Formats: sequence, structure tokens, C-alpha cells
Amino acid sequence: MAEKYISRSSEIAARMLGGEMMVMSATDSTFFTLNEVASVIWQAADGRTPLSEIVAAKVCREFDVDREQAQRGADRFVDELAQYGILLVSEEPIDSLPFPETQ
Amino acid sequence: MTLAALQGHDSFSPMAIPEAARLSVVISIGGVPVRVNTTDPHFLAMLQKRYAGFVSVQPQAVFELDVSLSPPAFCDADGGVNVTHRAGRWLIEWGDLRAEWEIAGRRGTIQQTANPYSMDAVLRILHSLVLARQGGFLLHSSSAIRNGKAFLFSGVSGAGKTTMSRLAPPDATLLTDEISYVRREGNRYLAYGTPFAGELARPGENCSAPLSALFLLEKGLRNSIEPISPTEAIQRLMRNILFFADDAELVKLVFQSACEFASLVPMHRLVFVPDQRVWDMIR
Repeated sequence: MAEKYISRSSEIAARMLGGEMMVMSATDSTFFTLNEVASVIWQAADGRTPLSEIVAAKVCREFDVDREQAQRGADRFVDELAQYGILLVSEEPIDSLPFPETQ
Repeated sequence: MTLAALQGHDSFSPMAIPEAARLSVVISIGGVPVRVNTTDPHFLAMLQKRYAGFVSVQPQAVFELDVSLSPPAFCDADGGVNVTHRAGRWLIEWGDLRAEWEIAGRRGTIQQTANPYSMDAVLRILHSLVLARQGGFLLHSSSAIRNGKAFLFSGVSGAGKTTMSRLAPPDATLLTDEISYVRREGNRYLAYGTPFAGELARPGENCSAPLSALFLLEKGLRNSIEPISPTEAIQRLMRNILFFADDAELVKLVFQSACEFASLVPMHRLVFVPDQRVWDMIR
């Protein structure tokens, strides 16, 4: 399966509150509240680190969870946020592309 | 500029009112004076009456708006307000209201019919944009001062904002039953009275006090103050902040302001029975 690279959209505002990451779309004001695992993925979404590496190095290590299960969960999470334009997803490092791709 | 030079313009051409023809009133809300100029004495009298408690005797103003009155035109009365900015100017379009002002010059023009609601809309939008830049906001909430402290009661239509105002005891000073003015000063917030009235149909007192708490209203079978998670509090706060501009950067700013507010001002759920006993908890 092709590698995924994820990057936070510039059209959002986000804030960590009481252990939860709150993300708001600046285009339609939709809110998302990310739990601890989702917050870790979100904060690591720099456009250069493959999602599989984020899962292995951050999620599995910090939350002691099976890698396959963690990867499935991460894929679902990323795809859902990408549908709302909150996360950008690409098969290449995102800062190497002329324009950010969204799914 | 002579009157003749103004003739022949299209239906909306920004133009200043000649000094000699200008009648004006300074409306000061939240400590921000706005001078409104007009050539129509009846319109001026209407403004002076409508904003009576907020008319400033000081001539200085931070903003200046020139109003041109137009006859009523067919328009989509249910259309939403459209607030955009380009090239350093804000533009408001809402039905037969057109307003435009320069951000840097703090001067603008309004073309509207002689109805008070258009001026209400312009003032609300102008103040919401001013507040957005300094960490404050306008909020759908009633507010009152008691024991030198201000309290906000926020919620959507029907949540009980006006009810809380009606139930207020004599020692409470009502700031508004509909639109509260929240201004940040350092690490504290102040609530100011506004002339924007809801069902109570009367303006608030033109005064202010440090904000002690914000209550998110819910009607229930008993009176209680209950905790609320930070994320839910901010979501509900954002739903009630008045903001009209189609500008992603300003929306982000308002979100950050809401988060800052939530970190500095206690926010609670207020479950209440609509009778005066609820005010026993507000001190």
C-alpha cells in the first residue's frame, strides 16, 4: 500500500484544552474534538513524516497498542479529517508538491 | 464638495456629506464612540431617541459614518448579511443596506432606508470587527451587574436570556437582554451595556463591570450551576458569538479569542427554573 503523508490544513484554528485538541475549520466553523491518540497524530502531521512512522513511533509507543490496529484506526481518522479539509493527505511529502492535495 | 458634484452618481457611490449640511450624533457603545452624520433631521431625531442612553456629548469619535437615505426598494428581506473586505475596506450588504468603510481611515458611508434596524446592524457589525482585533466579541447573551461584578447569560433564542433579565432583582443593573459587549483589558474582561434590546424592548444601562462568570442557559426542573468541559464551553460560546465576516483569518482570531476567554473567565452551565430564585445563585 502506498505511503501516506499528512499535513494540517492552513484553513483551521486549533487549541489544546484540558488534554483534548480542539480543531475548528475556518471556512465553515465545523468543530472537531480530538482524543489523546488523535491529538498525537494531529501534532505529528508535518507533511514530511509518513503516517506509518507516526503510528509506529508515536501511537504504538505511547499507547501500547498493536501496530496493525493502530494503523487501521489512524487511516480511518486521517481519511475522515481529509474529507472535511482539515488534514491534507498525499502519497508524497506535502511540502515537495507545488500545491497541497486534498482528498 | 458641492451638491451638484454629487449628482449623477449611480445608486451607491461613497461620498462624504458636506460639512455645512451635516447633522450628527455620536453613539458610544463599549467606550467606542462612532459619529453618524446625516442631512435628514428626522432621521437624526430617530437615532438620538433610539440610542438615547448611549449618545455621547463628547465630539470626538473613533469612527465616522456618513448616512445617505434611500427609498425602500424591493429586495430579499430574508437574505443573509454579507460582510467582506477588499483593498483595506469593509463592505456590508444586507437587503437594501449598503455600507462601506476604510479600515485605516476609520471613515465610511452607509446607504439605507430610514429604518432603525439598519443602523443597529451596521453598529453591531462594526463593533464586532473592532472587538475581534482586540480579543473581545459581541455575544448572544443577556448580562447584568450585581455587587460590582458582571454576569453573562448566554444561549440561543428561547434559552432564557430575556427571562433572566425579567427575573433580575432590583439591585442588579441590566446591561442588555440580547447582545452583550465583551471587551478584553489585559487578563480580564469587562461587560458593557448595549442599546441592542431583545424581547425586553428596552436598552441596557450604559455602564460596565469586570466579568465574573458566563452562564450557558438551560431550562430545567431545579436551579443549579453545573460544570461544563472546556471543549463544550467553547463550542457553545462560538455558536453564540456574533460574527458576520467572510474572512478565514478573522474567524481564526475569534476562535482564539474564545479559547482565551474560556481560560480566564469561569464558564458554567446554569440549569434554572424560570422564577426569581435563580438569582440567589448569582452573586
